[in-house]
Amino acid sequence: MKKYFPLIALALLAILPLVGLSTYMMHIIILVVMWSIIGMAWNLLGGYCGQVSFGHAAYFGVGAYTAGILYSKLGASPWWGVPLSIIVVALFAFVLGYVVLRLRGPFFALATLASGEVMRVTTENWGDFTGGTLGILVQQRTWVEKTWYYYIILLIAALTFFLVKKLIESKLGYYFVAIREDQDAAESLGINTTLYKTVALCISGILTGIAGAFYTNYMGYIDPHVAFALHDISIITIMIVMVGGVATYWGPFVGAVIMVLLAEWVRSIPGLGAAHQTLFGILLIVIIIFLPNGIVGDYKKLKRLVGLGRT
Amino acid sequence: MVNLLEVKKVSMFFGGLAAISDVSFEIRKGEILGLIGPNGAGKTTMFNVVNGFFNPTKGEVFFKGKKISGLKPHQICKLGVARTFQVVKPLQRMSVLDNVIASAFLRVKSRAEADEIAAETIKFTGLDDDKDVISKGLPLGKRKKLEMARALATQPEMLLLDESFAGLNPAELDESIGIIRKIKERGITIMIIEHHMKVIMAISDRIVVLSYGQKLAEGTPKQIGNNPLVVEAYLGEAESA
Repeated sequence: MKKYFPLIALALLAILPLVGLSTYMMHIIILVVMWSIIGMAWNLLGGYCGQVSFGHAAYFGVGAYTAGILYSKLGASPWWGVPLSIIVVALFAFVLGYVVLRLRGPFFALATLASGEVMRVTTENWGDFTGGTLGILVQQRTWVEKTWYYYIILLIAALTFFLVKKLIESKLGYYFVAIREDQDAAESLGINTTLYKTVALCISGILTGIAGAFYTNYMGYIDPHVAFALHDISIITIMIVMVGGVATYWGPFVGAVIMVLLAEWVRSIPGLGAAHQTLFGILLIVIIIFLPNGIVGDYKKLKRLVGLGRT
Repeated sequence: MVNLLEVKKVSMFFGGLAAISDVSFEIRKGEILGLIGPNGAGKTTMFNVVNGFFNPTKGEVFFKGKKISGLKPHQICKLGVARTFQVVKPLQRMSVLDNVIASAFLRVKSRAEADEIAAETIKFTGLDDDKDVISKGLPLGKRKKLEMARALATQPEMLLLDESFAGLNPAELDESIGIIRKIKERGITIMIIEHHMKVIMAISDRIVVLSYGQKLAEGTPKQIGNNPLVVEAYLGEAESA
């Protein structure tokens, strides 16, 4: 039964649009699915391989701009950006990884944080190519309705889920976790840590970039502050995985549901909306103290805590 | 007998400090070589040079006639040299079995093959009852065994054991000596660092003594036991302690 759970969940999600949800609800659900992809991508690198990135906006933005520039410069459909972003982001992640993966722990985290910011500033200032701070507007949207966007992102999410699961249960997964637990021990057990960290970074970057390319198509507008956002992308990605559950299959999905709904809800509260980042910060502290393995990872502990509250 | 590993005039400097200076010795195929010496003699540094963590300042290391000094640890492991650590480094949040599977993947691609090697290795080292335990919770004696199991799962030709007996109780000690003898029967060459004199005298075919980074003596356990230089080095240490 448990084995079929992912398929059942997928089937339920597939019939969701038939219920006749409002456009706003569909928008929220599309965002949840998109964020769960980014969460799964980050989890592969940060959760399993132990390389905590504070700069996943870099990959998201490069993916988004691949689609955007393809449209603005070559007049091609930005949908071509989805497959093309795989190549562009892979190259980008490989080059960036060559530099940042030499660093360990906090130094790696800081270098990734800087890489996201460097990409944002570069995009802002390279106006001829990227459109600068004006951003890129996709004139004709493919569909007015949300349904097809939903199915496309759902398909990408399903493929990502099964890819990550397959990887984690294979040799690569064992090597990733070995690197997370002890790089020196991993190296002396014959694991080429530099190579496998680069592999983890590239796969993670590619998946994030695909979500970025989808975003350009879906929203129809990108600018450097949106596509390379430090808080709204890099940090939210980490929060999704931390809240949902680090190094779990379902953690990113649970985290995405919670974070997207929470963000929507908090922003709608008058007078408090602007402080949503403060509230997220407090939430993160609470999660780290009480549920260090996230909701999925500490599910039993969570049930016990709630149970105690009742008696 | 054929030399499996040759250490030729190796020196290792850290800044101005010579941790090892001009040390040469060979290990013959199939033997157990004990590496002993007072604290700070450079034993673990020698392991780190052979294993590839350190690139020697001077000199070279050859394995099966191929120069290995300058290679990365993972390359040296792939060639057939595995090691354990004095300060045990289990993959903490993985079960014992998963720890061993991770190293078994060095020689095989599929999960089924890795599972098979891991199951066999775990049985061999007597960790069968603990295979589902998360390694963080293992007592020291079993962690030391896990270190050995992990190294063995890479299917090495040569095993470097760094104080695999330290901190074990007498029962565990006997068991570990048994395991090492069985490893030798399999044709795996062993270099072992050990402070337990009784153990090292009992299991080694030959012994190399290091003191202050220099080779003090080399020979059979009997020769070493009667060597006045060695006795002095150890008594000298006892006096200062």
